[in-house]
Amino acid sequence: MAGRVDALYFFLVGLAVFFALLIAGLIVFFAVRYHRQDSNATGTKVHGLIALEVAWTVIPFLITMVIFVWGSSVYFAMAHPPDETLNIYVVGKQWMWKFQHLDGQREINELHVPVGRPVKIIATSEDVIHDFFVPAFRVKADVLPGRYVSVWFQPTKPGRYHLFCAEYCGTRHSGMIGEIVVMDPNEYEAWLTGGAAEGSLASAGGKLFADLACNTCHRADAQGRGPVLDGLFGRQVALQGGGTVTADEAYIRESILTPSAKIVDGFQPIMPTFQGLVSEEQLLQLIEYVKSLKSQTEQPTARPNPPNGPAQNETTPVKK
Amino acid sequence: MLPEAVHQHHPPALAHHFDDLEQQREAATLGMWTFLVTEMLFFGGLFTVYMVYRSWYPDAFAAASHELIIWAGTTNTAVLITSSLTMAMAVYAAQTGNRRLLITLLIVTISLGCVFLGIKAFEYYSEWVEHHVPGLNYDFEPAYFRNAQIFFSLYFLMTGLHALHMIIGIGIMLFMLWWAVRGIITPEYHNPIEIAGLYWHFVDIVWIFLFPLLYLIGRHTHV
Amino acid sequence: MSSTVLTPPHHYLNDGFGVKSWLLTRDHKRIALLYLCGVTFFFFIGGAMATVIRLELATPVGDLVSDETYNKLFTMHGVMMVFFFLIPAIPAVLGNFLVPIMIGAKDLAFPKLNLASWYIYMIGGLFTLYAIIAGGLDTGWTFYTPFSTVSSTSNVIPAALGIFITGFSSILTGLNFIVTIHRMRAPGMTWFRMPLFLWSTYATSLINVLGTPVIAITLLLVAAERIFHFGFFDPRVGGDPVLFQHLFWFYSHPAVYIMVLPAMGVVSELVAAGCRKPVFGYSFVAFSSLAIAVLGFLVWGHHLFVAGESVYSAMIFSILSFLVAIPSAVKVFNWTATMYKGSVSWETPMLYAYGFIGLFTIGGLTGLFVAAIGVDVHVTDTYFVIAHFHYIMVGGTIMGYLGGLHFWWPKISGRLYNEGLAKIAAGIVFIGFNLTFFPQFILGYLGMPRRYHAYPPEFQVLNVLSSAGASILAVGYLLPMAYLMWSLRYGKLAGSNPWGAVGLEWTTTSPPPTENFAETPVVTWDAYDYPERMETNVA
Repeated sequence: MAGRVDALYFFLVGLAVFFALLIAGLIVFFAVRYHRQDSNATGTKVHGLIALEVAWTVIPFLITMVIFVWGSSVYFAMAHPPDETLNIYVVGKQWMWKFQHLDGQREINELHVPVGRPVKIIATSEDVIHDFFVPAFRVKADVLPGRYVSVWFQPTKPGRYHLFCAEYCGTRHSGMIGEIVVMDPNEYEAWLTGGAAEGSLASAGGKLFADLACNTCHRADAQGRGPVLDGLFGRQVALQGGGTVTADEAYIRESILTPSAKIVDGFQPIMPTFQGLVSEEQLLQLIEYVKSLKSQTEQPTARPNPPNGPAQNETTPVKK
Repeated sequence: MLPEAVHQHHPPALAHHFDDLEQQREAATLGMWTFLVTEMLFFGGLFTVYMVYRSWYPDAFAAASHELIIWAGTTNTAVLITSSLTMAMAVYAAQTGNRRLLITLLIVTISLGCVFLGIKAFEYYSEWVEHHVPGLNYDFEPAYFRNAQIFFSLYFLMTGLHALHMIIGIGIMLFMLWWAVRGIITPEYHNPIEIAGLYWHFVDIVWIFLFPLLYLIGRHTHV
Repeated sequence: MSSTVLTPPHHYLNDGFGVKSWLLTRDHKRIALLYLCGVTFFFFIGGAMATVIRLELATPVGDLVSDETYNKLFTMHGVMMVFFFLIPAIPAVLGNFLVPIMIGAKDLAFPKLNLASWYIYMIGGLFTLYAIIAGGLDTGWTFYTPFSTVSSTSNVIPAALGIFITGFSSILTGLNFIVTIHRMRAPGMTWFRMPLFLWSTYATSLINVLGTPVIAITLLLVAAERIFHFGFFDPRVGGDPVLFQHLFWFYSHPAVYIMVLPAMGVVSELVAAGCRKPVFGYSFVAFSSLAIAVLGFLVWGHHLFVAGESVYSAMIFSILSFLVAIPSAVKVFNWTATMYKGSVSWETPMLYAYGFIGLFTIGGLTGLFVAAIGVDVHVTDTYFVIAHFHYIMVGGTIMGYLGGLHFWWPKISGRLYNEGLAKIAAGIVFIGFNLTFFPQFILGYLGMPRRYHAYPPEFQVLNVLSSAGASILAVGYLLPMAYLMWSLRYGKLAGSNPWGAVGLEWTTTSPPPTENFAETPVVTWDAYDYPERMETNVA
């Protein structure tokens, strides 16, 4: 993907150099060739040429349309990650990046990933707008509070690559930097097991689920006052008052923080809100837990793409 | 172009940089229309915010809208429309040189404007008592607490801005009243009344949009 | 006009002396000079901040100022430059002076409103200056939420209010110009006989009048949110921070056309006078101004490509952004074509015009990079974008402003400045500018983010080049201050038409009388109707 970005970029450089030299050259040439020698001389009226005007309107138009199509196709690929990705959750906060691997590994400002696999970052902010920017991967997306955004990339070469926050976020904005550490697959496995894992995100979420007494209403045997969550993730949910919604990360998050926003058809609006009682990281743990709840009869569903609308910026390979 | 002889027929109301009263009148009228376009864009920003949040939180908006004092809003709408009528009649009075009628109608228009503001003040006070003022003592039923806050914020901002424009409008009308009393307004020079009227009508029209958008959400279904 | 009378006995500068005659004037020419003082003042404040910024960035470590101070510096640099210099400068200084004269009128439609606009501008500026002195603003000139509404502890409200107030100055000036151009043209001055500067000014005024109210209400919303915690942009209560960005950029994108269109208008005048022939494709250039104004309102979303916009919105904004580039390209081609078979002068104003065309072309071409979403994802929020907009605003607008200031200086002051010094200054500006900003394109591609106080050491060489360029550029800006002021007292008398140019302003004296013309002109000729040869006694 980075290669595709660079191809368009350098095409544009060539185009810009061509036109800049053309205009500059013509100006210098005309300024010299027609330099006023006699202080009373005037220019020669040259009658306008409609054909010329049309030509230098239509040709730039066509060139820009080519660039538009090219640029959009690159962007489209960025916005659609492959089906199978290694997902990493990221929480940005003033002024650090907190990473959570699915199996429980936590990192601050440094992210270890294996080479050669597509990685999807799912990010949110705890406070103001930040931006997840890895220049080497040609990846960038604003990280917003209250929403999940995602980018994807596939590293092609081991190494350490700059991570910058690219949306001004206050005092230590220029200190909100880190590194993406791309490792050989074996080294990555070794690193994973060597870490101080407190258990996977999903298992931490399961523990929280019990601690917060979610399981008293959301029971697997459908006897509870709340909907069954097994096999929920990725399915369509019928809502009270008509309409359906896809049970994705954003839906789970909303259901925990503002349960009254969408009531499932056939249930009472009695779930209390957990706003202020769970942190962003705990929300991610609960989401991973819910994802892990398979229906007794169903196969695991494919992961849908994250939420309603936000930057579906996804990019690919490291270019080096 | 203009011979110097014209200078002797100089109407007192003609400003020196204009050629004649007609040019001055056309310029003033175009100026006021242009200004009203800017006002549309100004309120337009608020209407945009309103549209976004109402489409996202329709139930909270309906619930909050129900809490507004419907009789006050309706009365105010009638008051403003009537004041636009008296204003239009005042323009006619100015055009036909009927100074007494002009003065009377201006006073009625101003009074109706003050009635509007009085009712608005009463509404604001009641809303404060009901804890519907975000940032001061806001409280609302838990189901819609957050999003109703956005409704009330918009309500106070939009009606507040409108009320500010009303106050400015009353100020302009007082000025026109003074000119009318002093005899500055004549059939030859009545354009100030006309463009003041334009402004007044515009403020009225803004209210005619605000009223249903703020007061009448979901009233037909009694949610 | 007789060219033997160099300076008339009565003109607008000696029509009344004393502070009151200036502070209570209704003469559009004096008001233009009041604005000149104001914009110059705010320009140098913004420039001083840029100086400290570039000094800091010469080293990778943040060692000159603290990060808090740095954040305030780049914020106030942006605020001062955008709202208090770039937006008002050409319209309020050159526009105010020239619009009535170019259409053959005695003054603008609403002279008292014009004076009020100046006071509003100054009050807003001083309000914002107070915000700096009282501790500064650190939100960036873009005020993004929720940082500006919830997190920042700086003087957001006074700064926002200052900009809000000054916005009315833009609105009222735009209104004044629109009515003047519609209703006060001299007999025979049809729309298509107007100089192109008036077309650009008209298009700019349309944007001013339609766009500025939106930033006004947006800043009001920010202030209200800070005071009352309303929640429009706070996700904790259901608000959307990205909504702020839509509202902000709905004005701030057209705003960049407010900044560049007047400069384009100046360039049209300079090219016509510098080549002594009509601008090639006059009606195409005129309509391009209008097209830029209209299309400019449709592209704001290109500032939100990575901000959370949907894929399909992004693509629509991208294609529209390419479309808005076309009329600008048309103008560049027409100006270049004007030089063909022209009688090309190398005097300073024309040098600025040629510099504008080249630098604006580069700036505009780099706009294509950021309009292409796939590339924008990489370069947005980096120094690439900073270089792109400085090429247009500094390489474009400021060069246009300086060119216009030099061109009409003899008309405004009745004096000639030192041409040799002026040429040197123009060269210094051109070199300094390119050295400052060209390296920034590379820095951005390599990944250096914007608004960074400290940066990884591998970016240092390019930063040092940029800072070196900035010091040269600073000299280039100080020189005109010096020799233009000097010329007021010691410059040669100019006469009514020192350039041998065609235009209504050159038919009246230098300086003009208060009522601009002894007799209202009757126009029977097209714009830029140059004769076979100029009269003798012309420079």
